[in-house]
Amino acid sequence: MLISIRELRKLYYVGTEEVRALDGIDLTVEAGELLAIMGPSGSGKSTLMNLLGCLDTPTSGDYVLNERQVSGLDDTALAGIRNSEIGFVFQTFNLLPRTTALENVELPLIYGRMPRRERKRKAREALEKVGLGDRIRHQPNELSGGQRQRVAIARALVNEPSILLADEPTGNLDSRTSEEIMSLFASLNGAGNTIVLVTHEESIAERARRIVRLLDGRVVEDVQVTAKGSGR
Amino acid sequence: MILENLRIALKAIRANKMRSVLTTLGIIIGVAAVIAVVSIVQGLNFVIASELQGVGATFIRVAPERDFNDPDLAGKEITLTYEDGLAVMAHSTALKYFNPVFFRSERVYYGDNKHTSTLLGVGPYHQEVNNHWVDMGRFFSELDIERHARVCLIGRKIISELGLGERPIGKDIIVGNASFTVVGIMEKKGEMFGQDRDDLVLIPITTARDIYGREALKQLILDFKAKSPAEVDLAKDQITQVLRRRHHIAEGKKNDFQVVLQEEILKTTGSILGTVTQVVGAVVGIALLVGGIGIMNIMLVSVTERTREIGIRKAVGARRSDILVQFLIEAVTLSLIGGLFGVLGGWVLGILGAKMIPGFPGAHVPAWAVFLGFGFAALVGVVFGTYPAAKASALDPIEALRYE
Repeated sequence: MLISIRELRKLYYVGTEEVRALDGIDLTVEAGELLAIMGPSGSGKSTLMNLLGCLDTPTSGDYVLNERQVSGLDDTALAGIRNSEIGFVFQTFNLLPRTTALENVELPLIYGRMPRRERKRKAREALEKVGLGDRIRHQPNELSGGQRQRVAIARALVNEPSILLADEPTGNLDSRTSEEIMSLFASLNGAGNTIVLVTHEESIAERARRIVRLLDGRVVEDVQVTAKGSGR
Repeated sequence: MILENLRIALKAIRANKMRSVLTTLGIIIGVAAVIAVVSIVQGLNFVIASELQGVGATFIRVAPERDFNDPDLAGKEITLTYEDGLAVMAHSTALKYFNPVFFRSERVYYGDNKHTSTLLGVGPYHQEVNNHWVDMGRFFSELDIERHARVCLIGRKIISELGLGERPIGKDIIVGNASFTVVGIMEKKGEMFGQDRDDLVLIPITTARDIYGREALKQLILDFKAKSPAEVDLAKDQITQVLRRRHHIAEGKKNDFQVVLQEEILKTTGSILGTVTQVVGAVVGIALLVGGIGIMNIMLVSVTERTREIGIRKAVGARRSDILVQFLIEAVTLSLIGGLFGVLGGWVLGILGAKMIPGFPGAHVPAWAVFLGFGFAALVGVVFGTYPAAKASALDPIEALRYE
């Protein structure tokens, strides 16, 4: 069991009003899964993603990642987990501007204190893996949207994390490029990577093998997808 | 990691060249002022110190005290005489040499050439007292002084001004209205503070008295040399005692002469330079403060501009301390670049400043001043970079990633 979540809650206060972004979530994710989290805006899927990615801490509940209790860890420890256990892919790519693809991919390795030579080699390998071996010296503004997202995926993969978290990874891409990126996710999943993606597009979710639907901070449906286009 | 941060810092600074230069202007001006002032003050100190060492700590000068506001001294004709000097020597145990000095401006002639120079009437121990020695020929002998001989010693400048040629010794020159035979050339002393110290003519004090009469008596200055630096204070007391008695100064009345020790001259110049340094130091402090605020301001702008970058870095595993160090290094790098330009600018300024003052010996930039300049710059970077860096490191990664 890679991820085990019990009774996870996250409360916000907007003024004096309490907002239950997550209202008792139970969820387990096995290694090698390709899981889609769906739900309308305000359903809590982004909050769940942030908690899964250790960018945020829950108000209450347990989060065990890779047999390690994560809820209650301090800032520095969480940074370490984000660095070694988690790879992020964002809707807006979030690459550093005026920085080459190679340097962007190196970033997690820098914070992992990897020696320079080894770092360069691993970053180059990661870019080759996503099909950008010939674009390593390009800066984000010299790359297409699909290529930028590939760089982001390479960056997420380079530290060999336990889990890849993708938040609307195709939200800013046209349908053909979206298809390419989803195929890349599928092949990475096939190679053994655990992937959790957040999306509100059914067509994207259907590429997953399991769909979790949220509404008002609760899990309302958790189904295995047996074949493309059909539930249950 | 430090190297990575340095690379990031340089990249960020390069990305905003103009802004960075303007930001560091305060630091540049502050550090340049430090270096320029230190270099000029050090140059002055260096010269004064070597001058004083040349004359020596045992040098004592006695000059008439003129104070028209003092009822005891006003209207009194004050004279220090050769005999005063001899009497001091006779009664003092702490003094080694005595040299009476009469000086005035005087015209000198040789053939068709004429020149206005400084004429000094001196005693036989001029060389020992002033540590200024004859270079070619000979100094005055006891006999020259006794016989009121019409002989003179000249500085290098006189040779060229009067066109005395390769062999000036033995030639006769006209000083004022009298003819003098050149018997020696004084060693070269060079220029100081716009004054050519090789532009002088020395004649025996006795001869000067013959020619200038009462004037030579009135304008006399008595120079002494103590036996050792330890005996200088004793010598001063003895001189004062003898002169008060000879000048019939009643108890409680003021001296009509002043005894100046080399040490006191040193202290006076030192305190003037110290004041200059303090004033400039205050100005520099303000410049560095303003420069520091400039750095802080631009770093705060930079942190805001790069909020998203900070979010990205945190998402991929940067710790708070990583972000803190990154922005701190950027601030320090920025101010050190300012420091570098400041040191170079100040150096050039010091050299130019020294060139503007005629006869100034040249700026002297000690290594410690350079380190001081860089140290100040780095300190300003750390002090004023800490707040923006802390602000950056405390950013919430989720908020930062959402920042547009």
